[in-house]
Amino acid sequence: MKHLGFERSKVRVGSFDFTCCEGCQLQLANKESTLPEFLALVDIRNFREISSERHDDYDIALVEGSITRSDEVERLRKIRATAKVLVAYGTCACFGGVNSLKNRLPQEEVVREVYDGKKVETMPSTRIADIVKVDFSIPGCPVSKEEVERVVVSLVNRSLPTLPRYPVCVECKQRLNTCLFDLGEVCLGPITRAGCDAVCPSGKSACLGCRGPADDLNFRSFTDLVRDNGLSTEEMLEKLRFYNGFADQLGHEES
Amino acid sequence: MIYKVISKSEFTAFIDAIVKANNAYGPRRVDSDRNGEPIYKFMPVASADEIAFDYTATHFSAKQFFLPFREELSHFSFDEQDNWEQHIRYEAPPTLLFGLRPCDISAVNILDDVMLRGPYPSPYYLARRRNTFIIGMDHLPLPDCFCKSMNRHTVSHGFNLFCSDIGDSYYLSINSSKAFTFLKEFELRNPTPEDDCLLIERRKLIKQSFLTNIEVTGLPLFLDIEFDSPIWEKWGDKCLNCGTCAMVCPTCYCYSVEENFDIDLKGSSRHNRLYSCNLVDFAEVAGGHNFRPRNGDRLKYRYYHHYRGFSANDNQQICVGCNRCGRACLAGINPKDVINDLRLERETCKTGDSPSPNRT
Repeated sequence: MKHLGFERSKVRVGSFDFTCCEGCQLQLANKESTLPEFLALVDIRNFREISSERHDDYDIALVEGSITRSDEVERLRKIRATAKVLVAYGTCACFGGVNSLKNRLPQEEVVREVYDGKKVETMPSTRIADIVKVDFSIPGCPVSKEEVERVVVSLVNRSLPTLPRYPVCVECKQRLNTCLFDLGEVCLGPITRAGCDAVCPSGKSACLGCRGPADDLNFRSFTDLVRDNGLSTEEMLEKLRFYNGFADQLGHEES
Repeated sequence: MIYKVISKSEFTAFIDAIVKANNAYGPRRVDSDRNGEPIYKFMPVASADEIAFDYTATHFSAKQFFLPFREELSHFSFDEQDNWEQHIRYEAPPTLLFGLRPCDISAVNILDDVMLRGPYPSPYYLARRRNTFIIGMDHLPLPDCFCKSMNRHTVSHGFNLFCSDIGDSYYLSINSSKAFTFLKEFELRNPTPEDDCLLIERRKLIKQSFLTNIEVTGLPLFLDIEFDSPIWEKWGDKCLNCGTCAMVCPTCYCYSVEENFDIDLKGSSRHNRLYSCNLVDFAEVAGGHNFRPRNGDRLKYRYYHHYRGFSANDNQQICVGCNRCGRACLAGINPKDVINDLRLERETCKTGDSPSPNRT
């Protein structure tokens, strides 16, 4: 049946998790106010937070988590081969996420600390785009439910999904927040992609950049501003490394 | 306009009564900055003692009471046969704004010109404007205020009531019958010649207290001449493209329009969202071409809109000189320094080898 000029057959969706907390998938499953409409919109083929059924036929694959084991690489490649559209969702899938903190330490030391010396296979945390082609990314720790729904609706009706290209400051100002720099804090809002409705600064908590870099960010001006305000460069670097979203900027800076 | 004088204690009683009876907003201290200085914002107020009568300046303008940052323009519903209906609402609850400065009220007057006197008046704006009662207050300028340069340090219309501080009393300019009716229940007197003198002194004091002055006369021409000036790149290199200046500006009104399907696909909504010409995709069009790809280009056009374009079309500049953008800019960009830089750049002509023609 056609509705609004496009075929209304349900789009088949699979959701998969790799190294992560599955919090992003939970965000989607938890949103009870729109969950019935969301489930009516799509045909859930594989989504363990929502259904115990498992099917390997899906058009859209939502992929959460970063890649830290060789078997994950294989599984991810299979998903890519099956899906028509692969969406990375969540900061881990998009950038490596908090998991990437371990990349800064010797791997043996990390295994010893966490698994008490048991033999565990692990490799540096990587974003999924380093392994397979990603068609669209929805960053966020966790993702914004509204944004995921909006992107899925766009994919269903074949319109172009978009993310805000400007930084968090826009949304933060629109919520009439006091600037955290005025309060003497280093906040990554001026360089981080918006779309979260500035949820952290609205709670007086500095932006840690979970949504990664905004388009055309001005990194040099940002580091100048931290320095000129007499704020700690160390603190800035800690925050920039937290989600691994600014690896390109830091690599450029540190080389 | 009717002029009356009210004692400060009676004025407080009046404000207390009027904010208690209405959906009211006024300046409140919400934070202290890292140096211990107070931070003020226009916030909901339920009684006079919540209001910071002696506030300096609010971080945000009063713009969002008239132009919300995000607003649904219309909602569409579709039926199974693909017929559709459009639903539009212009609802604005009556609102009272207390404590606006002359520059803030001037800004609303400028928005009136843009939103109501153009070829397509905005019913959304009109609903809010009509239903908003404005009480203005004068103040001594902050060191970086430059509203006098923009000739916005006084205001003669656009408010219901304006209060000038003349020591023990306020000198009231009553500009609406509604305000006059509210005030009837309070003890007012007609201004005496002494009150008039105090008002004139007050105005003189305000006028003489400005420490920041920007030469804006002839600026439209200067901006035309300096279209390719290197100063745009210089300041653009600092710009974070974060849009903060436009968000805190009392007159920046540019917006984007978004359309989104409801998740059940049975409807969709059209929203507008206040935008900023400093944002990276402001001048990007379908196909991905960006007419203003560089920071400096975008910054330049923000100045053009504020100091040139609007004055060419409507004989007024839309900057009111509140310097909220300058205070809020994390990169230290402010109108005074940018405009002075532009003028200094041109000063060099005087010593160059192209002198003005001699008098004959």
